[in-house]
Amino acid sequence: MKNSLVRQALMLWLPLVATYVIVLLLVQANIIDAYMQVTLATICINIVLAASLNLITGFTGQFSLGHAGFMAIGAYSTALVSMRWDSVFGFLGGLLLGGVLAALVGFLIGLPTLRLRGDYIAIATLGMAEIIRILLQNFEFTNGAAGLSPVPQYMDWTWFFILTVGSVMLISNFIRSRQGRDAIAVREDEIAAESIGVNTTRSKVLAFAIGAFFGGIAGGMYASYFYVIKPEQFGFLKSVDILVIVVLGGLGSLSGSVIAAFLLAIISTLLQPFPGVRMILYALLLIIIMIFRPQGLLGNRELSLRLLPRFGRRREAAASGTEEA
Amino acid sequence: MSTILEVTQLTRSFGGLTAVSNVDLTLEQGELVGLIGPNGAGKTTVFNLLTGVYPPSSGTIVFSSPGQTQSLGGKAPYAICRAGVGRTFQNIRLFKQLTVLENVMIAYQQNQRYPLATSFLRLPGFRRAEDEIREGARELLRVMHLDHVADELAVNLSYGGQRHLEIARALATRPTLLLLDEPAAGMNPTETAQLTELIRQIRHDFGLTVLLIEHDMSLVMQVCERIYVLDHGIVIASGTPDEVRANPRVIEAYLGEEVDHA
Amino acid sequence: MEQLAQQLVNGLALGSIYALIALGYTMVYGIIQLINFAHGDVYMVGAYVGYFCMVHLKLGFVESLVIAMAVCTVLGVVIERVAYKPLRKSTRIAVLITAIGVSLLLEYTMMFFVGADTRTYGVLPPFMEQSFQFGGVLVSMKQIIIVGISVLLMVVLQYIVRRTKIGKAMRAVSQDADAARLMGISVDNTISFTFAIGSALAGAAGVLVGVYYNAINPLMGLLPGLKAFVAAVFGGIGLIPGALLGGYFIGASETLVAGYWSSLYTDAVVFAILILVLVFKPTGLLGKNVREKV
Repeated sequence: MKNSLVRQALMLWLPLVATYVIVLLLVQANIIDAYMQVTLATICINIVLAASLNLITGFTGQFSLGHAGFMAIGAYSTALVSMRWDSVFGFLGGLLLGGVLAALVGFLIGLPTLRLRGDYIAIATLGMAEIIRILLQNFEFTNGAAGLSPVPQYMDWTWFFILTVGSVMLISNFIRSRQGRDAIAVREDEIAAESIGVNTTRSKVLAFAIGAFFGGIAGGMYASYFYVIKPEQFGFLKSVDILVIVVLGGLGSLSGSVIAAFLLAIISTLLQPFPGVRMILYALLLIIIMIFRPQGLLGNRELSLRLLPRFGRRREAAASGTEEA
Repeated sequence: MSTILEVTQLTRSFGGLTAVSNVDLTLEQGELVGLIGPNGAGKTTVFNLLTGVYPPSSGTIVFSSPGQTQSLGGKAPYAICRAGVGRTFQNIRLFKQLTVLENVMIAYQQNQRYPLATSFLRLPGFRRAEDEIREGARELLRVMHLDHVADELAVNLSYGGQRHLEIARALATRPTLLLLDEPAAGMNPTETAQLTELIRQIRHDFGLTVLLIEHDMSLVMQVCERIYVLDHGIVIASGTPDEVRANPRVIEAYLGEEVDHA
Repeated sequence: MEQLAQQLVNGLALGSIYALIALGYTMVYGIIQLINFAHGDVYMVGAYVGYFCMVHLKLGFVESLVIAMAVCTVLGVVIERVAYKPLRKSTRIAVLITAIGVSLLLEYTMMFFVGADTRTYGVLPPFMEQSFQFGGVLVSMKQIIIVGISVLLMVVLQYIVRRTKIGKAMRAVSQDADAARLMGISVDNTISFTFAIGSALAGAAGVLVGVYYNAINPLMGLLPGLKAFVAAVFGGIGLIPGALLGGYFIGASETLVAGYWSSLYTDAVVFAILILVLVFKPTGLLGKNVREKV
């Protein structure tokens, strides 16, 4: 028992620490050049965004189209606080404040709207994100449409590693806990979940607020790395970007989100010279996935060695179980 | 013996249609009572009212659990469940993409709470609490003869297996009153006989009071001590199986249905 | 007082356009419970077809309007057949994601071909540039045309839905698709027809907007599409009178906010209205409650 625990911990941490050290050395040796570093940063941010949206949409079954709004709150909080207190504590304080504020907004918007049917939630969250963007565009202290710059740049590979791995782990811990299973039960069948004592409204709002929190953290990471933020960066299309990652990786699969974040970064890089084509491709990707493989790359399963023997059987079931009650 | 459930003048209308009208119903501690009636008589609606899926239009539902007597009318379904009322669904509502064990664990964990911080940070106590939930759920799977399929997805279970799982999941909420909505629907006579025995046994082992809706008359007449007959939302008869069987209004209600079907 | 009247006249014109788009949303939602995200982009395509007809083919306003409506009709049916029909049995989230995909596809395909720049309809026929003074209120010929054509189309729609066989089929399918199928109604054809009508109305709205604001671009459908959806929700989604009520209400709110407060906040106010409606009366002003069957 103890032995297997130790082995599990080793299997998780060894590859992670190795990745960290190897990338660190490659960055210092400048084999990972400036351009690749930007891509790496984008991947990390997208992983946190997709994992947190997946918690809301993939695991809890609540369709949010406003994730960019939470990201915006995190980005502006981090920027404003760290511009005033230019120190690593200012940066971390702003990051945390951004997460908490995003969670608070998520809670306030979620409490009334999460009682509604799925597609109404989508529109309500979209409306919320648009309101946030318009307010940021018009407030004095956010410097309007011009946005904020320069945001002190504290994000380096070490912080990216800590925040990305930390966020994904916390979300994963939540999902594999009592509260997370309650949320999944809500996705599977809300009426049945209520009938066995799950307070479904509470479950949904909790998952929504946690997802919003990490959306805010991702926004803070973005602000502190790219040092220029504008309201227009957090529009509807940003929310769609995040949704594409989640859908491609599989609704209800965190490892799927991680893999999809890498995959889309590669696609994006390849399509850099043709920005128009990129969006057309994203659009086709969404349609084709939904028609031919609605469960995404990994369905709602996680990629792990332990699960591989079960993988085939579950996938079969997932394919036959896509209809909704 | 003490009264566990007292329903008075329960009424529910949907738009112009009165689905359940002035229903009075009493359950004594430990009883096994049947609720029967032709299709569309309002049986499932009564269950939905008792479990808070719909609020009643009028009437009262008073539920007594050890040490507490409370009104259930207008309460949320989850609160009614926590008060001690478990149920199954006629049209099977399992968490299809989760395993059999997970289905029961989710119900079981409602009484095995640990704080959010424990979940996020895997604080000490997490593993023990999770083990307790898993073991408790496994135990119920054994009771319902489902332990050999614990790791199957619920959707892959046979029809009978899914009905058993519904009961296991309801039991995991630790109810004192169990509402079973057509537990034998779609089963063959052998399976029905086994289920009948199982229902008797869990009532005894878990100290339950059971109210069950059933179409299979042999099951109802065999296990139920008392029966309520519902027709067009109204209780038209109640009493022991023999009394109900002999009641002319009941015969009429059922004959009428058979004529309609012909 | 005069300013109020002026804003209301402007609101009436704008509201007509929202109402036309909202009708398509509400009919499609009524029949297959889908928020057809691509609907706003059908409207955008309508605007471009109108532009092409008037500027490049030098056709008249009415001909261009009819052609745009025809093209959008075909487009709407194709979208439904290709993208949504294979998903009839899928989850609502899956269809909604597909709809977002279709929306992006229309926007960026259009952008690929015509570029991202805003285009103008150019010089309009002289009769359309007239305007009239009533007291202190200025009413332009364009506004009269917009309101007139919108009302005409709505009357035609009412006639189709209430008096024709296909209209009855639409109402039957939206009540209960399975029962309608048993009655011998072709559900698939009825759904396609619903998309056809809704898209035709959106196409008309596109041309009217092109004429009214004299500026179109490939992303012009996104925001008006969303606002028209808000209008449909406001009135009670699935209900044709609700879409009209909502359209005019949103149009008037927007011009009033712009007139009395700041045009920077019009969009925020519309979305705030949406959230308030969803919180306090999610079925909309004219809607009634429907419960899920257990």
